[in-house]
Amino acid sequence: MSAATKQMQAGAIQGEEPRRPKTGMGTRIGHGLVWLVLIVLLFAFLAPFLLVVINVFKTKADITSKPLALIGRHGFTLQNFPEAMEKMDFWTVLGNSLFVTICATILTVLLSAMAAYVIVRNPTWKAGAILFTLMVASMVIPFQVIMVPLVSVYGGMLHVLNSRITLILMHVGFSVSLATFMFHGAIKTNIPMELEEAAEIDGCGKWRTFWRIVFPLLKPTVATVTIIEAMAFWNDYLLPSLVLGRKELYTIPIATQVFYGTYSTDIGLVMAALLLAMLPILVLYVFLQRYVVEGVTSGAVKG
Amino acid sequence: MFAGPAAILFCAVVIVPFIYGLYLTLTNWDGISNHKPFVGLSNYRQAFADTAYWQAMGRTVIYSVISVILVNVVAFLLAYLVTSGIKGQNFFRAAFFIPNLIGGIVLGYVWKFVFNRAFVAIGEAVTSHTTSSLLSTPNGAMFCLILVSVWQYAGYMMLIYVAGFMSVDQSLKEAAEIDGCSKAQAMVKVTIPLMRSSFVQCIFLSTTRCFMVYDLNLSLTKGEPFNSSVMAAMHVYNKAFVYKNYGVGQSEALLLFVVCAVIGLLQVYFGKKGEVDA
Repeated sequence: MSAATKQMQAGAIQGEEPRRPKTGMGTRIGHGLVWLVLIVLLFAFLAPFLLVVINVFKTKADITSKPLALIGRHGFTLQNFPEAMEKMDFWTVLGNSLFVTICATILTVLLSAMAAYVIVRNPTWKAGAILFTLMVASMVIPFQVIMVPLVSVYGGMLHVLNSRITLILMHVGFSVSLATFMFHGAIKTNIPMELEEAAEIDGCGKWRTFWRIVFPLLKPTVATVTIIEAMAFWNDYLLPSLVLGRKELYTIPIATQVFYGTYSTDIGLVMAALLLAMLPILVLYVFLQRYVVEGVTSGAVKG
Repeated sequence: MFAGPAAILFCAVVIVPFIYGLYLTLTNWDGISNHKPFVGLSNYRQAFADTAYWQAMGRTVIYSVISVILVNVVAFLLAYLVTSGIKGQNFFRAAFFIPNLIGGIVLGYVWKFVFNRAFVAIGEAVTSHTTSSLLSTPNGAMFCLILVSVWQYAGYMMLIYVAGFMSVDQSLKEAAEIDGCSKAQAMVKVTIPLMRSSFVQCIFLSTTRCFMVYDLNLSLTKGEPFNSSVMAAMHVYNKAFVYKNYGVGQSEALLLFVVCAVIGLLQVYFGKKGEVDA
């Protein structure tokens, strides 16, 4: 009996599907087949990443002559990393990406939760209703429509480009509509008015009621919005590339693009740069994968 | 006061540029001078006459239709497999999602290496004479773009279908099977109709994402060979920022917006129409 079938049996015995009355031999073989298919698919899915990992430890000559070999003729090398790190200024770039992503995500979550709260609790307030309608409608606007006027206004007239703060505020401005929409739904269906009324009777002001009572109850939505927006900010290329023109402000996607443009023939360095660009988020994913999967799934149900 | 900061930022980066953009389509701005000569509707006339733009648009439609179909088929099958109750299904769900963690730019370069080096090496090993990269022919480049998009988005849509599968009450399916339905019939007649909202959502989400593809297009093919893989978003970008033809570029972007708005309205229509209750 193969290891795979044993594991399958273990799964069947532990009873992951207790409801099914007949967990006979047929189901077990079926599960084994499914498992095998999934393993093969997974290998195919992750093959591009594996190829990068294999080749990052080879010399340029070995990558060119035998890209599929596990170890090159010239043996194992770590040389590609320090050089790529220095040339793409890895630590500065990583710092920029972290700074922009963290600030923009926190601001998006706080500001849109606040906005959604007043909009839901004041249904007769005209300006709020108009704002919410505009936000929902704006979600179909592709970024391509905004980019030229954006550069023209903030670059040509106000001269505030080339700043991380500008990028963060723009990120927030673009993402508050979806975030407000999601918080709007959560507050409307999940937060009972009675709690707030009780807090008000006890002498709690609007500001404190929101932060002490409402916001903590929104935790699941906060997690979803954080994950969806943080991933979008971390990986965004087009907006940062328009805003950040100076090398010391680059985020990871721009730095990768510029690096590739300059060193595309030095394939060993490219491999190292690509791996470095992917590593931070992959490491984080190992710890947070449960929240990411849940966040994306529940975001899908709401959005 | 609560809504103030969000409202200000939203208006500053979405509403104001959008309206200002409408004005820009009526001018002949070169991108530098303060003077923006008013030219009326001539930019739109040029946009409608721009064959390269409509070719890019047609290409984007072909790419999107094929990608959306394949993404959803693959995602649905994956979701079916990872909800069948096998051991480690949470691990598989998490693993198939990995491509979505990484941005289109980095993924494009990773795949460029795969297509240019690994595939070529495999091809040479199998056929034992020199093989050229798929990326060097127009059809090959299109195939590569579709393959990478399907690979990337399938994991994301899979999670939405998983949520759909789990929202379907198992007892309904079992009741159908007791009534003599085969497993396949129960799937087609009971489970899939009940998952309607997941389908609507996945199809529209993947359609808008494919239609707006830019990062992947830039890093994987850069529009090559001979501009044969330039998608609509890239064409608009080049028109404005590379050829400095801001007025026409903005008009073409606005036409893109019209397409997106139609897709969005269709989604609302299909989402509301005929929701099946259990």
